[in-house]
Amino acid sequence: MTIGLVHYLAVAAILFTIGVFGIFVNRKNIIVILMSIELILLAVNINLVAFSVYLHNVVGQIFAMFVLTVAAAEAAVGLAILVTFFRNRGDISVDDASMMRG
Amino acid sequence: MALQAIAFYVLAIVTVAAGFAVVSARNPVHSVLFLILTFFSAAGLFVLLGAEFLAMLLVVVYVGAVAVLFLFVVMMLDVDFAALRQGFARYLPLGGLVAAILSIEMIAVASAVATQGAARGNAEPRAAGADVTNTEVIGRVLYTDYVYFFQAAGLVLLVAMIGAIVLTLRHKPNTRRQVVADQVLRNPKTGMRIVQIKPGEGIGE
Repeated sequence: MTIGLVHYLAVAAILFTIGVFGIFVNRKNIIVILMSIELILLAVNINLVAFSVYLHNVVGQIFAMFVLTVAAAEAAVGLAILVTFFRNRGDISVDDASMMRG
Repeated sequence: MALQAIAFYVLAIVTVAAGFAVVSARNPVHSVLFLILTFFSAAGLFVLLGAEFLAMLLVVVYVGAVAVLFLFVVMMLDVDFAALRQGFARYLPLGGLVAAILSIEMIAVASAVATQGAARGNAEPRAAGADVTNTEVIGRVLYTDYVYFFQAAGLVLLVAMIGAIVLTLRHKPNTRRQVVADQVLRNPKTGMRIVQIKPGEGIGE
């Protein structure tokens, strides 16, 4: 009944998998894809904090803070690109996003 | 100890169920609300681990800023979300298979690491020192050993902020804005003109 490291790692693994699954099944919807990326980064953070706490080393929590920072920046820039894309196209379907063709 | 286990299982089940609802909800507004629930329960898990500072950071940054930003964008864009769900059923079997395999592999690795890895001897979670709190421990390390990384994180946020503003800013051609240079350069000669009006006609502009 005692909760150990493996329990937290299992939760993080399942959350990470849900994020990857969300990217697979919602291929057209950029907003849900961005939310899936947030779920993946949250799973990474749970892993980092769990290891940090069970290894008695605070550096993992510092790194989780930096992951949090980058995730917030990524969400802001990603949503800004999404809004600009919507203004230009009037739609946010991912299939239309290949119009620039490199 | 049993209370801790109950709290863990409740928070873990809510986290996973809400995470699944994020990717499977029909309405993106519901997705965002479930995302908030996921972050909130994950913050509860962090509190259970003893990492109180990160838990509060998660609530403030994710629930307070990122999720609200998502909510703004979802409600601001007028998108036909039903059309965007096309292909959900088509990718479901393959996606589910890949997800199941990935999940099994990661849990296998996690259990191996937890029983054989570097953390195997430490059964007791410890997020704080003997006489200092979790927040104090983080502060002592963050502002000394990792101060340059801390500054770099601030720079990342600044660049992201400027980038987001530059991307979404637009000047409408027909809005009237204050142009300070024009106001400063204005003098009596340019600011006034004398018009000769014939009687009974008016200025006709």
